[in-house]
Amino acid sequence: MTGKKSSLLELDARTKKRNAAEKRFQYFGIGAVTVGLLFLIVLLTTIVSNGTRAFTQTFVTFELVLDTAEIEAAEASFVKTSKYRDIITAQLAAKVEELGFETELTSADDLKQIFSSGAAGTLREYVLANPESIGTTEVFKFRTSSRVDGYSKGRVTRESLARDKNLAPAALDLVDQMQEAGLVDRSFNWTFITGSDASESRPEQAGIGVSMIGSFFMMLVVLVFALPIGVAASIYLEEFAPKNRLTDIIEVNISNLAAVPSIVFGILGLAVFIQFAHLPQSAPLVGGLVLTLMTLPTIIISTRASLKSVPPSIREAALGVGASKMQTVFHHVLPLAMPGILTGTIIGLAQALGETAPLLLIGMVGFIASNYPEGVASGFLDPNSAMPAQIFEWAKRADPAYYERAWGGIIVLLGFLMTMNMIAILMRRRFERRW
Amino acid sequence: MYDDNHLAERTVTQNDIKISANKVNVHYGESHAIKDVDVAIEDKTVTAFIGPSGCGKSTFLRCINRMNDTIDICRVTGDIRIDNEDIYDRKVDPVQLRAKVGMVFQKPNPFPKSIYDNIAYGPRIHGLARSKADMDEIVEKSLRRGAIWDEVKDRLHAPGTGLSGGQQQRLCIARAVATEPEVLLMDEPCSALDPIATSQVEELIDELRKNYSLVIVTHSMQQAARVSQKTAFFHLGTLVEYGDTGQIFTNPTDERTESYITGRIG
Ligand SMILES: Nc1ncnc2c1ncn2[C@@H]1O[C@H](COP(=O)(O)OP(=O)(O)OP(=O)(O)O)[C@@H](O)[C@H]1O
Ligand SMILES: [Mg+2]
Repeated sequence: MTGKKSSLLELDARTKKRNAAEKRFQYFGIGAVTVGLLFLIVLLTTIVSNGTRAFTQTFVTFELVLDTAEIEAAEASFVKTSKYRDIITAQLAAKVEELGFETELTSADDLKQIFSSGAAGTLREYVLANPESIGTTEVFKFRTSSRVDGYSKGRVTRESLARDKNLAPAALDLVDQMQEAGLVDRSFNWTFITGSDASESRPEQAGIGVSMIGSFFMMLVVLVFALPIGVAASIYLEEFAPKNRLTDIIEVNISNLAAVPSIVFGILGLAVFIQFAHLPQSAPLVGGLVLTLMTLPTIIISTRASLKSVPPSIREAALGVGASKMQTVFHHVLPLAMPGILTGTIIGLAQALGETAPLLLIGMVGFIASNYPEGVASGFLDPNSAMPAQIFEWAKRADPAYYERAWGGIIVLLGFLMTMNMIAILMRRRFERRW
Repeated sequence: MYDDNHLAERTVTQNDIKISANKVNVHYGESHAIKDVDVAIEDKTVTAFIGPSGCGKSTFLRCINRMNDTIDICRVTGDIRIDNEDIYDRKVDPVQLRAKVGMVFQKPNPFPKSIYDNIAYGPRIHGLARSKADMDEIVEKSLRRGAIWDEVKDRLHAPGTGLSGGQQQRLCIARAVATEPEVLLMDEPCSALDPIATSQVEELIDELRKNYSLVIVTHSMQQAARVSQKTAFFHLGTLVEYGDTGQIFTNPTDERTESYITGRIG
C-alpha cells in the first residue's frame, strides 16, 4: 500500500479494466443483435420477393359472344369442356385477326396454349349458373396458363420455352401484343387464397384455401383437447400432487416428451389412431389428435412455469383466510398465471400450425386436397391437408410455378402465425391490466 | 427492568384455556425446528412470542392454524388442541380450522385485487354477508378495525398492492379480522409500521382481546410489554419460559430470558 490518497477524478486501473470489459460486452451484444436482425431481414426479403408473385395472376379479358346454338351443341357433346374451349379459342382467334396482331398462331388450336385448362370450365359454370346470359355478349376474364403467367412475371423467357412443349415461344409475341391492347393483364389472385390444390399440370388453378380449412379444423381439435388437458394436468401436478418419486418421474418424462421429434408423434398417431382405433386416414381429426400429443408438453411446461411464478405468499394469504386449496387455485393463482398460460397455449398452437412432419405419416400430404368439406363433420373426418403440408407438397413439384406458390403459401402461413402472436400479446396485456 | 406503568396496573385474571400444546415437535426435513413445546394459551388474552431470530416463533405459530401443512418437508408431531379439540385429528379439515384461526403474516401479502375485494374475499367464501349492503358494512368495519379506513375510504376499488408497506400490513390485519376468527395469529404485525400506525394496531389488539384469543410474535420488547398479558420466550426451538408478561419482564426465572430481554443475546 502506498500512502497516496487516490483521487475520484482519476480512474484507477481496476475501474478502467472493469469499464473496458463492460464496453466490450455491450459491443458484443449489439453485434449479436445485428446478426440476428440481418438474418431476419434476409429471411423476410427472400420470402416476400419469392412469394408475392403467387398472389397475382395473369388474365385474358375479352368479350365473348354466347351463341345459343354453339352452347347447345357443346352441352350435347361428350367432352363438353373441349367444345367450350373451342368457343373461347375461336372467338379469340377472330379477335386477333380483327385487331391485326402479327402472329404465327392462327389456328384456334394453337391459341388454347395461352389459356388455363380451367378456362373452359369457368365458362361452362357461368353459362349453367346464368342461363339467361345465353345469346348475349359478356366480358370474360380467363386465367392464362401458368407459362403465360410466368412470362408476365418474368419467370418464363423465350429461351426457357425453347425446350418446353407446353407453350410455343411464338405465343409470347402474341401475348406482348395482347398486353399492349389491354387484353392481357395481371390482377390479384383470389383463387390462390380461397382455392384448392390442383393437379401437377395446372399450377395456375392451385390455391391454399382448402388446406387452410384443414389447418383450422386441426387447430380446433388441438385447442379443445390440449388446452383443458394441459392446464388441468399442470394445475394438478403443480398445486395438488404430492411431491414424490412418481411425480418426479412424471415431471421428467413430460420434459422429455417436449424434446421428442415430432415425426415420432406422427408414427405414434399412425399406429394408435389409424391402425388401432381405425379413425379415417388423412383426416384433420387424426392430425389434430397427433398435434395435441405434440403440443401437450409445451402447454404443460409453460403452464407449470407460470403457476410456479405466482408468489407463494398469495397462496398463504388465501389459505390463511380459510379458502380451500381449490378456491385458492381458481380465485387467486390461476388468474395471475393466466397471461403465461395463454401465451404458452398460443405458442403451442402456433407450433402445431406450422408442423409438417407428423402429418406426412398420417397421410395428410401427397394427394390433391381438392374439395371443400361439406359440413362440420366432414371438416373433421374427410381427407384434407394442412397449410404446411400443402406448402411441402408444392415445393416437391417440378413446375417452377408451384415453387412460387410454395413461397406464397409460406407468406399466408406466416401471416397466420403473426396473427396468433399478436393475439397472444393482446391477451397478455388484457389480463395483466386486470391484475 | 421494564417499569412501564402498563405493567403495574395490569390485572391478571384467570381465563379459560383456548389453545393447548403438548410435546409439539416440528421438523423441516432433517432439521429440528421446534423441540417439545408445551404451552397453554388463554382465551381473551394476548400472548406474545418473543425470542431471537430463527428460534422457531413463526414455525410454532403456523402450527396453530396448520399452515405448515402446505410445506412439504415440514412434519409436525405432538398434539395441539383448540377448545380441547385436537386440530391434527384426521377428521379435522384444515380449511375449516383456518376460518376459525385467522393469521397475519410476517410479510404483508395483500391479494392483487382491489382493497374492497381483499377484505370481502374471506366473508364471501364463508358466506358471511347476505347482501351487498352487508358486505359493505363488513368491509368498512374491518378496515376501521385495521386502522386504515380513513386512508383508503376514497379508493376502495384501487389495487391493494398499490398501498405502502405499512398500509398493506394493516390491510392484511383488516382482512384477517373480517372473517371473525376466534383466534388471531399475528406474525410481527408491526414490523413495517410507523409508531402511529403501530399504536393504532396495538389499540386494535387490545380491543380484539375482548372477544378473541390473540397470539402475537414480536421483536419489540416494548410492544410485548405493552400489549400482552402472557409472554412466551423461545430459544433455539425450545420454549424456555412462559408466564405472565409482568413476571417475565420484571422477574424472569431463566437466565436466558433475562439476558435476551436485557439485550445480551438475540
Ligand atoms: N420452509 C422452511 N423450510 C426449511 N426450514 C425452515 C423453513 N421455515 C423455517 N425454517 C427453519 O426453522 C427455524 C425456525 O424458523 P422460524 O421462521 O420459525 O423463525 P422465527 O423465530 O420466526 O424467526 P424470525 O424472528 O427471524 O422470523 C429456522 O432455523 C429456519 O431456518
Ligand atoms: Mg418469523
